[in-house]
Amino acid sequence: MSDLLEVENLSVAFRTRGGLVRALENVSFSIARGETVALVGESGSGKSVTAYAAMGILDPAGQVTGGRIRFDGIDLTAAGRAEIEDLRGREMSMIFQNPRAALNPIRRVGTQIADVLLRHGNVRRADAPAEAVRLLAQVGIPDPARRARAYPFELSGGMCQRVMIAIALACSPALLIADEPTTGLDVTTQAVAMDLIRDLARERQMATLLITHDLSLASEYCDRVVVMHAGHVVESGPVAELLAAPRHPYTARLLAATPRPGIGLADLVAISGELPDLRRAEAGVCRFAGRCDRRQDDCAGLITPVPPGPLHHAACWNPL
Amino acid sequence: MTETLRHVRHVLTENPVTLLAAGLFVFFVLAAVLGPALAPYDPFASDAARALQPPSLRHWFGTDALGRDIFSRVLVATRLDMTIAISSVILAFAFGTLAGLAAGFMGGATDQAIGRLVDTIMAFPLFVLAMGIVAALGNTVTNIVLATAIINFPLYVRVARAETAQRKSAGFIEAARLSGDGEAAILFGQLLPNILPIMMVQASLTMGYAILNAAGLSFIGLGVRPPTPEWGIMVAEGAGLMISGEWWVALFPGLVLMLAVFCFNLLGDALRDIVDPRRRS
Amino acid sequence: MTALLDVVNLQKIYPVGGLGKARGQLHAVDDVSFSIAPGETVGLVGESGCGKSTLVRLLARLHDPTAGSIRFGDTDLADMKARGFARRPERAAIQMVFQDAGESINPRYTAFEAIAAPLRRLRGLRGADLQRRVESLADATGIPRALLGRFPHQLSGGQKARVGIARAIAVEPRLLILDEPTAALDVSVQVVILKLLMELRERLGLSYLFVSHDINVVRLICDRVLVMYLGKIVEQGPTAEVLGRPAHPYTRALLSAVPELTLEPPPPRPRLGGEPRSPINPDPRICRFFGRCPDGRPACADSMPRLAPVGPAHAAACHFA
Repeated sequence: MSDLLEVENLSVAFRTRGGLVRALENVSFSIARGETVALVGESGSGKSVTAYAAMGILDPAGQVTGGRIRFDGIDLTAAGRAEIEDLRGREMSMIFQNPRAALNPIRRVGTQIADVLLRHGNVRRADAPAEAVRLLAQVGIPDPARRARAYPFELSGGMCQRVMIAIALACSPALLIADEPTTGLDVTTQAVAMDLIRDLARERQMATLLITHDLSLASEYCDRVVVMHAGHVVESGPVAELLAAPRHPYTARLLAATPRPGIGLADLVAISGELPDLRRAEAGVCRFAGRCDRRQDDCAGLITPVPPGPLHHAACWNPL
Repeated sequence: MTETLRHVRHVLTENPVTLLAAGLFVFFVLAAVLGPALAPYDPFASDAARALQPPSLRHWFGTDALGRDIFSRVLVATRLDMTIAISSVILAFAFGTLAGLAAGFMGGATDQAIGRLVDTIMAFPLFVLAMGIVAALGNTVTNIVLATAIINFPLYVRVARAETAQRKSAGFIEAARLSGDGEAAILFGQLLPNILPIMMVQASLTMGYAILNAAGLSFIGLGVRPPTPEWGIMVAEGAGLMISGEWWVALFPGLVLMLAVFCFNLLGDALRDIVDPRRRS
Repeated sequence: MTALLDVVNLQKIYPVGGLGKARGQLHAVDDVSFSIAPGETVGLVGESGCGKSTLVRLLARLHDPTAGSIRFGDTDLADMKARGFARRPERAAIQMVFQDAGESINPRYTAFEAIAAPLRRLRGLRGADLQRRVESLADATGIPRALLGRFPHQLSGGQKARVGIARAIAVEPRLLILDEPTAALDVSVQVVILKLLMELRERLGLSYLFVSHDINVVRLICDRVLVMYLGKIVEQGPTAEVLGRPAHPYTRALLSAVPELTLEPPPPRPRLGGEPRSPINPDPRICRFFGRCPDGRPACADSMPRLAPVGPAHAAACHFA
C-alpha cells in the first residue's frame, strides 16, 4: 500500500526583487496512514514552504519547479484547482501558528465550524450547528453550546487553538498539517493542545505532519523526524534512532544547541556560520558544507538527496 | 545624502508610471513658475473678431467667447491653481497633523475636544461648508485657501490620530522612554517622523481634492472672479457652450485639471516609497 | 550584602469597564515582594496574564504602581512619577531588553542611531566620542561595524537582538531587565545570545531580571527563580531547588508540561486544564490557583496562602506545600 502523502524531489522557487530564491531543492519524504511525522528545522529551512506547497497555498510568487506531491495517489502538483479545493478541508487540513489570526474575527466560532461542514461534509444545513457543538465538545471546550455562539475575541488563546483544531478535524481528514501550532502558546496550553491532537489522531487513524523547530516536542509526539536545512532534507528516520545517533552533522549540531536538563550553558554549542544565500546556491550541492566542521573535498560535489520512506537516511558525504 | 538620491532614482525608474507622474509634476511646476512668461498671447487680451475659434495652429486650444487664447489662459492659470492647492494642503497638513498627534498621544480630554471639532466640521457636506465659508468671508484667494484647508483638516486629524494611537505603545516608544526621552521628545522625535510617510501620501491625495475644490468653487461663481484665468472658471465659461458645439472651451481646461489631479495621486505612492525606509532594500 | 533591588508589597490595579459600582479592579500585580542582589540573575516565569509584563514595566518605571515600594540602592523609585523619570539620574541605572527586538527599534533609525540614542540623551555624548562609544559597544556585542548603518528590517533576528542589548548596556546600567530576549530566535542563535549575556554580566557587573516562559533557558542562566501566577508570586528560591523540588502545585504543573528530549514516548502526565480565575475583583480569601489546582481542598477557599519557607531560601505560597 502506498503512503498517504508522498513528496518526491520537490523543488520550489520564489521570484523576488533580488533574484530567484531556490527555497526547496529535491525535498523528499513520505507519511504513512496514521503516522505522526515531524518536519524540523530552523527559520529559513523551508519547512513551512513545504507544507504550504502540499496544501496548494503557496504565495503567488512561488512556483513548484520540479518534483511532485502525491496525496492518496492523486498528483497534487498536476491537479486542477477544483480538485485541490475539494481535498483541502476534507481530506487534508491545516492548523496554523497564531490561532487568533486564523479565525475570522467577525463570525461566531460555531458558524466557522459549520462553514467547513457545509462545504465538505455531508451534513444538512439544519444539522450543522448541532454538529459544530458536538465537535467543540470533542476538543474539550467546556459549555460548548454557549461557546459556539462566541466570537474569537471572547475566547482565550488556548480556546482559539482548540477551535482551530475543531475546524481542521471537522470532516475527519486523513492528514493534518500542524504548522508550529504551539509557538505563541503558554507551555501548559501547549501540552493540552498537543495531547489533544495526539489523542484525536490515534482515535481516527489520522496522519499528522508536525512542523516545528522544537526537537523536544518532536521527540515526545512523533514517530519519525525529517530534518531540513536551507531547503534540503538533510536527515530522516525514526525519532528515537535519529536523536540517539544522528548521522548528519547538522542534526548533531542542532541537538548540541538545544537546552535540556543536565546540560549547562558552557556545554551548549552554537552552529557556526550562516544560512547560504539561496539565490546563489549551486544546484544539487550540500548547503551545509560551508558551516560544517566535517567538510571534505567530496562535499563540493552533487549530493544524493534523502529518499522518502521510513528508514534512517542522511544526505551527507561524511556522516557521523 | 547620496544614498537618498540613489533611492529616489530607484523609486522613479522602477515603475514607469511613477516616472510619468514625476515628469508631469515637473511640467506643472514649470508651467506655474514660467507660465506668464511663456504664454504666446496675453491671457487677458480680448479680441471679439477672433471669438470662439476652434483649435488651430495659431491658437492651440482655440479661443473663448471673448476671443482670448485658451492655451495662454490655461497655462497662466496653472500658477493660481497650484498656489491655492499647495497653500491649502500645507495649512491642513500642518494643523491637522499636530492636532491628530496631540489627540492620539494624550487621549482623554484633548482627544475628546479635538474629536468634537472634527465631528462638527464633518457634519457639513464639505463642499457646501467651503461654499459657506467663502460666501461669508468674501471671494478672495486667501479665503478659498482657508476654506479648502478647513474642509481637508478632519482627514489629516483622523489619519494622524489613528497612526499615533497605534504606535503609542510600540516597543520602540518604551525603549525611547528608557533612553531618557521625555514626552515632548517622544511626540516630536519618535512618533511624528514615523507617521510622516503616511501623512505625505495623504497630502498628495488631498492636493488633487484641493485643486478640484478651488475649481468647483470657481465653477459656481464663489471662487476666483473673472477675468482671472483659473481652470474652474474656464470650465464654467465653456460649459454652456458645449451644447452649441464649441467643445474646446471647456474641454482643455478640464483635461488639464484632470491631468493635475491624476499626477498628484500617482505622486503620493512615489513619495511614500521615497520617505519610508522600510521600502529600501 | 545589601540588595540592589528590593521590591516590597508592589501592587498595580487597573480599573476596568463599567460605570460607578460596576467598575471592576484588575489586579495585575498583587502584593509582590522580592529582591535582587548585585551580580545576581533572577528568573521570572509565568504564563500569559500572570502579570510579569506589568511587573517589569513597573520596575523599569514606565508605569506607576498603585502601592508598594521599589527600593533601588537607597532611593525608593516608587516615590518618583513615571512621567518625569526619564530626566532623573536613576533612569540610566535600570534598562531593558525587549522580546521583539525589531519592534523595539524605531524603524526609521539605523542600528547606530538606536544605540546612540540613550548615549545622547543620558550621557550627553556627541561627535567623535559618541562614535567611539557606539563602535566599542558594537564590538562588545558582536555587531559587525559595517551593519551599523542598516535599518532594523535589514537585519537578522540575531543581529537585532544584539542591537537591543548594545543599546541597553550603553549607559552602564546596574540592573538589566530582559523580557524574553531569545523567545523569537532560533535555537543556535539563542545559544550565542545567552553566552553573550553571561559574558557581559561578568564583565560589566550587571544584575539581570530574566523573564521567560522557557523553563529550560531559565535553568541555564538563572541563580534564583520567581514563579508568578495571576499577579502573585507563588514560589521562589534557588533555581535548582524550585525546578528540582517544586513545592507549589502550579510550578509542578508548569514543569510537567515542558516537553523534554526523550527517546521513548513519555508516560501520560496530568495536565493543567481549565482557565485561570478572573483577575478582576478577585476574592482576597481564595487562593488564586483554587479551581484549577489538582490538590485543591476547602481550606484553600478560606484564606489566601502566603509565601512560607519550604526549604533553604525556598518559599511557596500554598497551604499544603
